[in-house]
Amino acid sequence: MREITFVEAVNEALHEEMARDERVYIFGEDVRVGYGKGGPFGATNGLAARFGPERVIDTPISESAIAGTSVGAALWGMRPVAEIMFSDFLALAMDHIVNSAAKMRYAYAGEATVPVVFRMACGAGVGAALHHSQSPEAWITNVPGLKVVMPSTPADAKGLLKSAIRDDNPVVFFEHKFLYSRLREPVPEGEHLIPLGKADVKRSGEDLTIIAYGAMLQQAMRAADLLNQEGVKVEVLDPRTLVPLDRETILQSVKKTGKVIIVHEAPTFGGFGGEIAALIAEEAFYSLDAPIKRVGAPFTPVPASPILENFYLPNAEKIVKAAKEIME
Amino acid sequence: MQISDKDLLQMYRWMVLDRVFEEKTFDLLKLGKLVGFHHPNVGQEAVDVGTCYGLRKDDTIMPTHRGKGKYLMKGVDIKIMMAGMFGRRNGSGKGRGPASHSGDNSIGLLAGTGLIGSGIPISTGAALAMKLQKKDSVALHFFGDGASNRGDFHEALNMAGVMKLPIVYVCDNNCYAMSVPQSCAMAIENIAIRAEGYGFPGIMVDGNDVLAVYEASQKAIVRARKGEGPTLIECKTYRWMGHSINDPGVYRSAEEVAAWKEKCPVRRFENYLREKKILNDAKVQDVYKKVNEEIEEAVHLAESSPLPLPEDTLLDVYADLKN
Repeated sequence: MREITFVEAVNEALHEEMARDERVYIFGEDVRVGYGKGGPFGATNGLAARFGPERVIDTPISESAIAGTSVGAALWGMRPVAEIMFSDFLALAMDHIVNSAAKMRYAYAGEATVPVVFRMACGAGVGAALHHSQSPEAWITNVPGLKVVMPSTPADAKGLLKSAIRDDNPVVFFEHKFLYSRLREPVPEGEHLIPLGKADVKRSGEDLTIIAYGAMLQQAMRAADLLNQEGVKVEVLDPRTLVPLDRETILQSVKKTGKVIIVHEAPTFGGFGGEIAALIAEEAFYSLDAPIKRVGAPFTPVPASPILENFYLPNAEKIVKAAKEIME
Repeated sequence: MQISDKDLLQMYRWMVLDRVFEEKTFDLLKLGKLVGFHHPNVGQEAVDVGTCYGLRKDDTIMPTHRGKGKYLMKGVDIKIMMAGMFGRRNGSGKGRGPASHSGDNSIGLLAGTGLIGSGIPISTGAALAMKLQKKDSVALHFFGDGASNRGDFHEALNMAGVMKLPIVYVCDNNCYAMSVPQSCAMAIENIAIRAEGYGFPGIMVDGNDVLAVYEASQKAIVRARKGEGPTLIECKTYRWMGHSINDPGVYRSAEEVAAWKEKCPVRRFENYLREKKILNDAKVQDVYKKVNEEIEEAVHLAESSPLPLPEDTLLDVYADLKN
């Protein structure tokens, strides 16, 4: 199978879905040209040339209106793919994602759908500091009405984004910017759909479950390699979709291994890992033979200096250290 | 502007319905019969009727939290609306959403949110959809003087201006944002001038003169349908009652309220129609009688309608997932 990068996979999904359904349009800042390939990362590369400026629309710097107009257009028969350039700017679009998009179906008592995807580049590791590096998924996983997706591989990015665009609910879609051009993997050509709400066991093992998503999946896989050298058979599980969460696959894995580490790049405190930990504690407590461990960032903003950012970010070594604490 | 006698009478009927509906539901709320908030619209009827009269089904409106006249004019069944205000299972919102944030795409009623001004981008998005779909529909968006201070006002009007979207922004300037007078919230007197900053016309109109509102709206609607872009219409009006049922209105004088009551939009229109011999005592009585009957019937039906089941809470959060 041919290999493409994470951002190329995103781009391919957008091309295919726009060709398939003329109600789909792209709406965001710098999506037509950007730095030459669409946006700062090239996610919308070639779309304007192929589909025209009517369906690939550059907007003013107005995140709230980008999100709000997308809700209105979705109510009125379109399927917008709104781009929030950096997920940190989610804070500016928050009202319309939380109070408009998420609640419309309820307000209409089921008589309306809001098929809109809010794509945004998240995550640290590229020296982008405080306001261009956060992983804000936990800001919105507590909002009923939204689906929340965070793919970890190019193939998943393509398959999940295509499903998100076809979904009749508002979907917040986090793309980790560290992976964009650094991760190149096999991705199926043409129709490739991954259902929202299905976790994926990326590696099978019997001794320990590591649950990780976003850029942390790579770190979890590396930790699994390191632990394997010491004879520990690690199962690596990627939820892929945080809402709805594939509870069964998580519980099945933990019941098998009896030990679990949950890894995400956001600060551990108040992070989505707490929800996964609570699920396991409630539903699989008697299968556990060690405490649940969480590995995440400290409770600080994402620092600017590479030295500090390196200290901040969870990585394979930190996961291995956590594993050793519970494997004793 | 030529308006037929039949249309004038119809507009008058809507004015009366708007007035009586608000007075009646205010009384019902005081009796504890309604659910949710209620923000009386009494005194502002000319804005509702002048803007909404003659809209098509494929046009959209998004009303504000104030007043139900716009919903009814756009085609919401008065019985469904009343049942919704009673929090009944068969009413607008079905107990899940409040009646004042209900929506119905089949008649072009967009649901607003409870955040002042947040609806402005949503209506603007519907206008964007109309443009992308190459339709000649138009979106009407309602908001108050207070909402024009939200960032969303700026973001959405700027966007609509640069994209030439088919939308009419209707500001019903009733002088107060809850208790704060306009003069404390902005350094300008006329909100209409803000349109200049977005590159489209801003028009001021006497919001208690239904025909003036109608004429301004029709011009703006035609402009939007022709693809010439948005218009902002500021309707200068006044709310007679408090912001909500809990508001005793201590921030304004009795004289001020009385002076505005002298400018009653319903009576003003009535007098005009009497002068034109379109209305007389008998016809006025007939209109009020029929409107009252219609409302009483809606109240009666609402009171005998089923309450929601507690488990209804769990419905309609997602299009596919079940709680």
